[in-house]
Formats: sequence, C-alpha cells, structure tokens
Amino acid sequence: MMGKTIIALMVENNAGVLSRVAMLFGRRGFNIDSLTVSATENPDISRITITTTGDENVIKQIILQTKKLVEVLAVRVEDPLVAIQRELLLLKLRTCENDLTGISAICSIYEAQIVDLSENSLIIELTGKPGKIDAFLAVLRKYEIIEQCRTGVTTIERGEDAFTYQNTESHRS
Amino acid sequence: MKMTGAEVIVEVLIEQGVTDLFGYPGGATLHIHDALYNRRDRITHYLPADERGAAHAADGYARATGKVGVCLATSGPGATNLITGIATAFLDSVPMVAITANVGTDLIGKDSFQEVYISGIAGPVAKHTYAVRDIDRLSQTIRTAFEIANTGRKGPVLVDIPKDLTAAFCAFEPRQIRHQDPIDAPDPAQIRSIAGMINESKRPVLCFGGGVVSSGASKELKRFIEKTGIPACHTIMATGVIAFGDEMDLGMTGMHGSLAANTAIAQADLLIAAGTRLSDRVAQGRKTFAPKAQIIQFDIDPSEIGKSVDSGGSLIGDLRSILQALMPLVDRRDRSEWMEEIRRWKEKDYFPDDTGDKLMPHQIMEIIGELAGPESIITTDVGQHQIWAAQYCKTTRPRGFMTSGGLGTMGFGYGAAVGAQVAFPSAPVIHITGDGSLHMNMCEAATAVSYGLPVITIIMDNAVLGMVRQLQWAYHQERYMATEPYRKTDYETVGKGFGVQTYRADTAEAFREAFSGALKNTGPSWIVCPIDKKEKVLPMMPAGKGVEDIILTQEEGGL
Repeated sequence: MMGKTIIALMVENNAGVLSRVAMLFGRRGFNIDSLTVSATENPDISRITITTTGDENVIKQIILQTKKLVEVLAVRVEDPLVAIQRELLLLKLRTCENDLTGISAICSIYEAQIVDLSENSLIIELTGKPGKIDAFLAVLRKYEIIEQCRTGVTTIERGEDAFTYQNTESHRS
Repeated sequence: MKMTGAEVIVEVLIEQGVTDLFGYPGGATLHIHDALYNRRDRITHYLPADERGAAHAADGYARATGKVGVCLATSGPGATNLITGIATAFLDSVPMVAITANVGTDLIGKDSFQEVYISGIAGPVAKHTYAVRDIDRLSQTIRTAFEIANTGRKGPVLVDIPKDLTAAFCAFEPRQIRHQDPIDAPDPAQIRSIAGMINESKRPVLCFGGGVVSSGASKELKRFIEKTGIPACHTIMATGVIAFGDEMDLGMTGMHGSLAANTAIAQADLLIAAGTRLSDRVAQGRKTFAPKAQIIQFDIDPSEIGKSVDSGGSLIGDLRSILQALMPLVDRRDRSEWMEEIRRWKEKDYFPDDTGDKLMPHQIMEIIGELAGPESIITTDVGQHQIWAAQYCKTTRPRGFMTSGGLGTMGFGYGAAVGAQVAFPSAPVIHITGDGSLHMNMCEAATAVSYGLPVITIIMDNAVLGMVRQLQWAYHQERYMATEPYRKTDYETVGKGFGVQTYRADTAEAFREAFSGALKNTGPSWIVCPIDKKEKVLPMMPAGKGVEDIILTQEEGGL
C-alpha cells in the first residue's frame, strides 16, 4: 500500500534541526509531500508534521531512522481516525463580473472565506482536511488560478492525552 | 574556575580519558593548539600529512582500542579534509570525536577566508554534529559528543567551535565521566522464542559482523557456535575476530565470500545475523538473499531490522548480552545431513594456485599470519588487496583487522595504521595496500617516520586499479578504461625519500625474508610485492545473480 502517511515529530527547538530532518529524508530517498514546523507549548520543543508516501517497510524505516536523530525526541504515525488534520489554503483567482455569484456559492458550501476582493481577482481562504481542500480546488478548476498556496498538514489527536516525549537533556550548543 | 574556551576543550578531553590526538593546526586552531602546548604532558598531539590522515588515524586508534578516537582540524579546507574520514567511521560505526575550529563568530556566514559550514556538511555522514555558539555550553557539548559517539550504535560526532569562543573566558567545573546506562536486555519471552527458532532449525547458518567487535562479544560468540554446532560465516567487518572449529567455519560471505558460505546461506532454513547490517555487499538482493530462510537479526540499532532483508525475528540490544541470554536456552541438535552438504560445498570452493614461482596474494597473507604473531594488527586500503587480505587473513585478534568495509575508502589504511600503532606501540602493525591506494595516502609515510612508528606497508603492486579493472573484465568486455595508469613510480626510491626502509619481494621466499627483516625495524618499512595484474579476486558473486552464477575461474574473457 502506497497511501499517504502523516508522521509527527517532537524535536528540540535548535537551529538546524529542520535541515537535519529534511536531509535525512533526502539522503534516504523518503518522500516529503508536505511539511510543517511550529512552536509548541514548550519553548524548547518544536513539532514537525510530515506527510509522506511509502509502503509499510518505508514508513517503518522513516520512523526508526528519524528516531535515531539526536534532537528528535519522539516520532509517531498519526492515526487518521483519531487525529484532527488541518491545512490552510490561500487561493487567488482571476474573476469576471459574473463569476462572483458562482464562486460565492461554492465557497459557502465549503465554508471558505473570500478574504480579499479586487476588480479582477479575489482571494479565498479555506481551512480543512487535505481531502476537502483537494475537492474544493477540483471544483474551482474552471476558474483561472493566479496563485495557490497550501500550508501543509498539521495534526493533533482527540482526547486529553498529550503527545509525550522524553525530554532528555537538551543538545543545544 | 575561569578558563578560556581552548582550555575548556583540552580539559574536557583529559577528563574523557584522551591521551592521544591527531590534529593539524591552522589560524582558527591557534588558541586550541596553544592550550594543548600547556597540557602536552597529558595529551600527545600527532601531526599527520593532511587532515584526512588525522581522521583515519583517529578511526584506526578507535578501532584498535575501543576508545573514542579524536581528531582536530582548522576551519575551511582543514575541516572538509576530515569529511572522508568521518564518513568512513560513520559507515563502520566507529566512535570518534572530530573537533573543528571555525572563523570568529562575527565572520561566520560572510564567506570569510577558510570558512565553511562544516556542521552542515558533516551532518549526513556523522552520527551527530554541533556548531557551538555559546561558550557556556562548550564543555557540556564536548562531553555529550563523547557520550553520543560511544553509546548505542557508535559513530563519529563533529563539534565545530568558532575561534573567538576558544579565546573567551568562561567558568569550568570538572566532571566525572558519566557511566553508560546499561542497555535494556531483550524481553525473556522474545529470547525464548528466538532460542526456539534456533533449536528447531534443520539447516541453520550464523552470519556475524562488526557488531561482535564493538560489543566485545567474541568469547560469547565462540561459545555460542561451539555449543550449538551451527556453521558460521562472517562479513568482512568481522575478519579475524574469532577462530573456531574448521568444520563449522565457512569463511567470509558476500560478493567475494566463499562458495560454501554463500551456498549455505542460499540453502539455509534459518539465518542468524549477529551484529551485521547485511549490507548490499552481503545481501545482494532483498528477495534473492537467503530465499529459503527465516532471517533473525541481533542488532543494537532497531532501524537495521528489516532495512535490507525481510526480518523473521529480532533481538535488539548489545550483542554480548543477547548471546549470554540465549546461551542457556540453545542446545546442540543432530544436523549431520546439513553438515555433510556443507562439507561438499567446501570441497568445491575456490583454492588459489600455489604451484607457480610468482608471488601470490594468499602467500603474502599466510606468511604474515605465520610471522607477525597474535598481537599483530592489520589495516587495509580498498581494492583487490583488501579482499585478499580478508579472505586469507590468518591472524585472530578481535580488534586486529581494520578495513573500510562500509564506505570503501581508498587511502584509509595508512592513517588507520598510524592510529593503531600509536595505540599499541609494540604490536606489529601491518598496512596492506595496493599501488592505487598507496598513491592516495603515501604522504602518511612522513607521519610514520616523524614519530618512529614501525608500520609495515605491504604494497601489492599490480600496476593497475585492479578491483575496478576486474569489474571491467566481468561486465565491460575487458575495456580497461582508466584502470591501467602506467605509472612509473619507483616505490623503493620514494620510500627511501620519506625515510622508510624499503624492500622488494618477487617470490614467497623473498617476501618471507623481507617481512622478517621489517618486523625488526624501529621505523616504518615498505615491502613492494609485484602481483600479476591478471590475478582476480575469487570467488565473485556477479551483481544481481545467485550463488549458482558464482565465478570461480581466473580465465580472461569476462562473463
């Protein structure tokens, strides 16, 4: 099975840690479909969320190899049934006068916001699961897209449990 | 206690038990070298011919002793010259700390003279790297570097320190070395289940690798083989690690392994991989390697389980503890049919020709084994001579055979020999090389001469880049492109120029005489041994093919 897998990493918030993770994926030939990094409730810890493609062996290797990085404190595969997944889309479309009603209707069904409107263009913001964003983009394909950007997926699991990690001593220098 | 960053570096090295260091000075290391001057009673500094030699020497020192090897280089080219040595240590899991000085903090990132981002460059080829930016973290960073280098699966760690930090003052508190936490023993239920698989197997083979050396498990492994009676082969990384019953010893496995070892693996119903990552030189294909066997893996690194082969079971941890835990649960079963098959494969194996007058590679190794004694240490470069040295190695010492097995680094051997000789001044250290590899590292003869290191270099001179030439013979219809350099190097004159005692040996008798003489020298020796360029490394498993296609003939003409 070559489905998409979301992997979450808790890493020490050091300069260079992102490049180390990215380098590992690069040199071992693992895919990165999307990647997000952000601060967490602990200023010493960052969270990296990577969407990747690979069969069972590859995913296992990704987990085991990333775990070996000194600054990586915890790694887990995000279970799509338990993890809330969100991604943000910003989309700039070229518009003619009579496009607006159609676009608005689509946006209201997808609960997307039109956040900017100019004479010949508008910008839409949509937050949701990657699948929802894919579907939204498919519907809008008939319009001319001027610019499109997606943040990549970030996730958090339902329930009160936290993503625990062993905070050994920091390796910052 | 207030001291400079440079002094902190040196004090932490002393605290970590470092007594020898391989370094090359430069503008950025001035303060560090100055601090080393004050402590030269505690740490002996060895200057190689170039930084690559320093890295290989630190590596050889670590392989010979089991301690962390330390090398030091200046910024820019000094640091980049270490990279091949760091990568060599990484691929063979050798504990090393490489310290590089960088330009001052205010010059970092400005493309300054001799500035490179070495922490980034070394990242993919090191276990970990540090770029120190805060002097108050300097001592702890170096301590942690040693800990990372020497725990779990060992490996090299680089610490890069800007020059201004080496001059700045900070507080320093001496610390005791932290004792290593014992690695958790595998779960007893898992041990029982693996022991059961071993006991039940009808056609088992053991394959052991460099993990036996890093774990110090050679005694336990020998007992395991003797108790179970399971035939065993080794990877190149475990050459000369143990000597055990001839009947059970299948020799080396892999691309140039014995017919018996490779056939046994192909026919086995159980393969025990102990301290080996089953690299592509051993397991040439996920599906074609040991196709009839369940493969059980003993490894300290969980990421090796199932990486290159489909794993049928595993025990994670220190190999020595694993073998100790298994020992009471395994027993000897009657596998006489299997042993009989193995005996027949051994008879069909490749045996080198011993009848001619010409000096043969295996004769060199036999004479070394006979004369050098059990304390001897062999280092190799990379090429045909390396495989011959491994195939015909006759000495047994767990840290006595060092070769660049993973990275395959030509030019590794001389530096490694220097490091090993520094660690064991009175042991015979024999550097086996080819004419190709020697051209990459002969400058280290200067180091051996400077420090009076009696390293004996055996130059197997076939005047060609023999290993690549052999591949051109096998796969490229003998189109010998860039492998027959027609160099006119006169090794005896060059050696003399360095201050080395030189010999030439055209026959086995002449080699015996030269080698006996070299063993008595107080400084380095070179023995030039002309080898026929047609001599191939055999057996040879053609890439992507099975054991039935193994090449056992010296005939010219390719496949």
